[in-house]
This record gives sequence, structure tokens and C-alpha cells, in this order.
Amino acid sequence: MQDSLSSLKKKAEAAKAKKAAYGEDIDLENYDIAPKNAPEAESLEDLDNDLQRTLLSAGVVPTGEGRVGSFLLLDNAVVHRSQKEESIEVMSTQQALKKYNWVNDYYWKAVPPDTDKYTATTFLENADGYFIRALPGTKAKMPVQTCLLLGSRNAAQTVHNIVIVEEGAELEVVTGCTTKPGVEKALHLGISEFYIKKGGKLTFTMIHNWAEQVGVRPRTVVIVGEGATYVNNYVCLKPVKSIQMYPTARLEGKESFGRFNTVAIAHPGSEIDIGSKVVLSAPKARAEIVSRSITTGGKSIARGRLVGEAPGIRAHLECKGLILQENGIQLAIPELEASVPDVEMTHEAAVGKIAKDQIEYIMARGLSETEAVGIIIRGFLEVGIRGIPEELKKEIDKAISATELSLG
Amino acid sequence: MLEIKDLTVEVGGRTVLRDVNLSVMSGYTSVLFGPNGSGKSSLLMTIMGFSEYHVKKGQILFKGEDITHLPMYERAKMGIGIMMQRPPNLVGVKLGDLVRVIEKNTNDLYQLAASLRMEKFLERDVNVGFSGGEIKRSELLQLTAQNPCLYLLDEPESGVDLESIERIGNAIKMLLSGSLGCAGKKSIDGKSALIITHTGQILDYIEADRGYVMCNGTISCSGNPRELLQEIRKRGYEECVKCKIR
Repeated sequence: MQDSLSSLKKKAEAAKAKKAAYGEDIDLENYDIAPKNAPEAESLEDLDNDLQRTLLSAGVVPTGEGRVGSFLLLDNAVVHRSQKEESIEVMSTQQALKKYNWVNDYYWKAVPPDTDKYTATTFLENADGYFIRALPGTKAKMPVQTCLLLGSRNAAQTVHNIVIVEEGAELEVVTGCTTKPGVEKALHLGISEFYIKKGGKLTFTMIHNWAEQVGVRPRTVVIVGEGATYVNNYVCLKPVKSIQMYPTARLEGKESFGRFNTVAIAHPGSEIDIGSKVVLSAPKARAEIVSRSITTGGKSIARGRLVGEAPGIRAHLECKGLILQENGIQLAIPELEASVPDVEMTHEAAVGKIAKDQIEYIMARGLSETEAVGIIIRGFLEVGIRGIPEELKKEIDKAISATELSLG
Repeated sequence: MLEIKDLTVEVGGRTVLRDVNLSVMSGYTSVLFGPNGSGKSSLLMTIMGFSEYHVKKGQILFKGEDITHLPMYERAKMGIGIMMQRPPNLVGVKLGDLVRVIEKNTNDLYQLAASLRMEKFLERDVNVGFSGGEIKRSELLQLTAQNPCLYLLDEPESGVDLESIERIGNAIKMLLSGSLGCAGKKSIDGKSALIITHTGQILDYIEADRGYVMCNGTISCSGNPRELLQEIRKRGYEECVKCKIR
């Protein structure tokens, strides 16, 4: 039986102080709920130049070129939304709730509001965010881009996104999350509920580009139907105060597939606790989790969990971490859980420094140690983001070049 | 081009080379024979400057300069290039990208790769899942991009099938002598090489003017490479180990 909104509200009220399972407990009292109003922009190009540059750095193209739709949330205000095709709807979650009654069947149905105080707060704030839906059989040729922008100091941004990929549809979403220049301290709470119907495919790429004092607590659950595919790419290369997230894909349809690729750098002062979980509850479901993280002095926790609950499942989890500086910490926690005999689940984890023989092999071709290390690190991270759009790769390449990467 | 004087080298506190003397003339090729584990690879790795190889005594002179303690990439920039026998896998690093970084002016990478039948490997991770022959060709492709004047080749024929040996042998021949036919020109413009060969097969493709035999970490004798090879084929390396002509 599904909970009614009023009973969900009760649960959320009761969970307002409930600490999250992982990560530093953030005192929500220290932040103001971000403003819900801001002038709308007809086009992202109407925004000032500084802001446009900020968007670009997070992979969001102001011209909207090469995108089938765009969405911008500034603090808690929907500033822009546009779509180029009827068959790929882009609007805000609150708009969608008003437009379609049935959206209630998806609203807070994948992520329980009483998961922790962050989900509870987001629920109680009636948070808005993007609603994207690919109609049955639609195959989007270009991605929809969304941007979640923190624009006010000390603000707590509460976001609630819903993505629905209908039967046989294919959709790609690129999300850039970033802060306006000058906004050092802020908090981002983001709920994402994705639904992929039979035979559908969703590729979701998220770039986190926060600032040094920003706390980040996304909560994501993806429901994957029969023969459907979910691919999650996550990239975080800039300094941030603290990220804790553990997005989960539930493979509920037979022969469905889930994949998480993660690339992250923990800078000094950053604590990034990033996990990926796949629950394989239908026969012949498959999953792969690949994580590549680097610490240049911060703490990096790479969690991974595969749960096998149906026969014929195959799943692999791989997390690798490099420690480039003395004070860096890498913690890899790969977990496998199976409750039926006919499963094939494996994992592979490794942390340490770059192998010297690799560095010297490249140096023998006339490259300096710094150059050799750069090449290896780029390659190391590359493995984590294979298959992401070329232009995003270029952005990532730039970020890697700008990062102080040495052997310490 | 290259002169090694009384070179003694340790790896992890163990002496791997003792009082080695050897030279490679400009534009010429020397080959290094020797049983497995005799120190041939250690000599090449030491000349290149790999950090594990600690020079305890002696000198390495390259183009008249003492490079004994020079960092590896500076040696490479001066013109030393190595083909390793078992290079490491570079996961995530595409061969094409690496070649482009080695030689920033590689205009026609594809053609260069095609000449070594490596065009399909440009998008592959360096050495990952490569066969023996593919590794050699990948090394040759990188070396071609690097364009050194002294080639250190560690058993170019090992782990390679016959057809590949021919291709690799001819590629090395082209790298070393190119189209230079005249011996006088060769000594000025030609490339030099020090090639390790266990079986001597590579001598079917290239001209070598001097051969050295290494046993137990030191050079036990030297002479005409083909005559040395005949002797080794007839009697095996056991004779060399016993032999005290030095």
C-alpha cells in the first residue's frame, strides 16, 4: 500500500532530526533556506557573463546548443526551463504535479522522506527541481541539461528532481551543480527519483563543481524496469567541504542493467564519501560499479554495495584509489550481499600510490616526472568516465590540468 | 656514441653488473649475447637510468658526456630510447595519446601506426591485452615517435611469432639505417643501437658490427657478432661461462 501524502508528512516530521547513516552530521540550523524567488530568464544567454561562465564550467551550455532541453534552478527558484521537442518534457517538479495528477505516483515513491533529516527537510520544504520525461519510444539524440546553482551565502538549497523514461525511450541528462563566485559556504540537499520503464535507457551524468565550504547531501534512488538500462556518471574534481551520497539503483525488471561510474578528487580539507549501490532483485539483472578516486590531502571514502536477490545475476564492483599526498586518506569499502545461490558477484579494490614502473616507462620516452604522473592520473580517471560526452571530457581534462597533482 | 667504463651496478643491494666495459660507435650496432639472468637487461635499464639500478662504480658516457647520474628523461631528450622486454600496462592511457605526447609534431600518426600495423591499437590502452608481437610493435611505434639516436632494444624477437619477427626485424632495420646505403654516411647520420638477443635471430635483418657476450654480470668476451653467434649456437652459453679468455 502506498503512503498518502499526509502520512508521508508525518514520517518526515518525525525524521527532522534523524542523523544520516554516513557522513558528518550537518547542523541545518546554521543555514537559511535558500530564496524561492528569482527573476526568470527566457534564455540562459540572458544571464550575466560571470554566471554563464560558471554554468559552462559545470558542463552547462548557455546557448543550449547540442541540448534538447535546459533547466536552471538558482537557489530554490526555477529561473529557466526550455524544451525543443514535444516528446521530451522539461519542467519543474511542482509544475508537473499541477499538470499531471499521476505524478503523485512517482513523488516521494522511490526515496522515503524519512530516510534522514536531509530528505525530511527537503520534503517539508515542498522542494522544487527538474521534472524530465521522455515519452514512450522517444529516443533523444541530444542530452537535456540541468543546472543546480547555489547563489546565496549560507543558503540551504533543497531540490527534488523526478526523471521518467517511458517504455522503450532513451534519454540522456547532464547535470551541473555549482556555486556562484563568492558563495563559499552553503548547503545542497538534493532528492532525485528516476524511473526507467521497460526497455528504456537513461544516462545520467552529474558534474559537481562546488566551493570549499559547501556541504552536499544528495539522495538518489533509481527504479529500473524490465530490460531497461541505467548509466550513472559522476564527476567531482573541485574542492568541497563535505559530500556524502550513496545513490541506489533498484533493478526490479528482469534483464535490466545498472552501471555507476565515479571519478572524484579529495582536496585538502575535503571529505568525500561517495558510494554506489545496486540492488538486483530481478532474474538475469546485471550491474557494474567502477570508482576512481584520488586524494591530494583530503579524505576519500569509496563505498560500493551490490545486493543479489534473484537468480542469474552478474555484477562486478571495482574501486581504486590513489594517494598522491602524505595527508590523504583513502577508504575503500566494497560490499557484496547475495541471498540466492545462482549469482556471480565479484569485487576488486585497491588503494596506494602510482606504480613507479609506469612513471618511469613514460619518462623513458623523454617526459618529465610531472608530465608522466599527469598522463597516468588522466588515464586512471579516464577509466571511471568512459562513455561520457566528449565535450565534458574536455572540461574534465581542464580540471585535471588545473589540479595540483604531484607525487608529494 | 656510447661508452661504458668499469660499470658496477646494484639492485636492492645485490650486485647485478660488475666492471662492465662496452662501447657502441656512432652509426653502428652492437649486440649483446648472454644466458638468461646474466645481466643484459640490467645493463640496458642502467643506461636508460631506471631508478632501481644504482651505479656503484664506473661511468656511462653518451656523446662524450658523462650521463651516469642524469635523470632518465634528460637521457631520453639527449637521444637515448629503449624498447623494454616487458613494459608495464598503462590502464586508461591510449597508445595514440601517448605517441602524440612523445612527439608533439606527429602529423600523420595514423600512417606511422599503419606502417607497423598498429593503427587499430591507437585507441587501445597501452600494452593492455597486447600479444608479444603487439607489444614490440607498440614499443617501436613509440620509439619512432621519439626518434632517438641510440636505440636500446631488449630482445626484440622474444615472444613473437615468425611472421611478426620479420615485420619487426625490417622495421628495426628501417629505423636504424633508413635509406642510408653508404657506410661513410651511416657513421655520420645513421642511428646507433645496442641490441640484446638471446637467440641471434635479429641478425637476419640488421647489420651488427660488434658482439659482446655477458655472463654473470660482466662482459666475458667480444668480437664479430656472427662468429660469436656461430660459436654460441654450436657450444651453448655454458662454454662462455666457463671460458676465461678475458
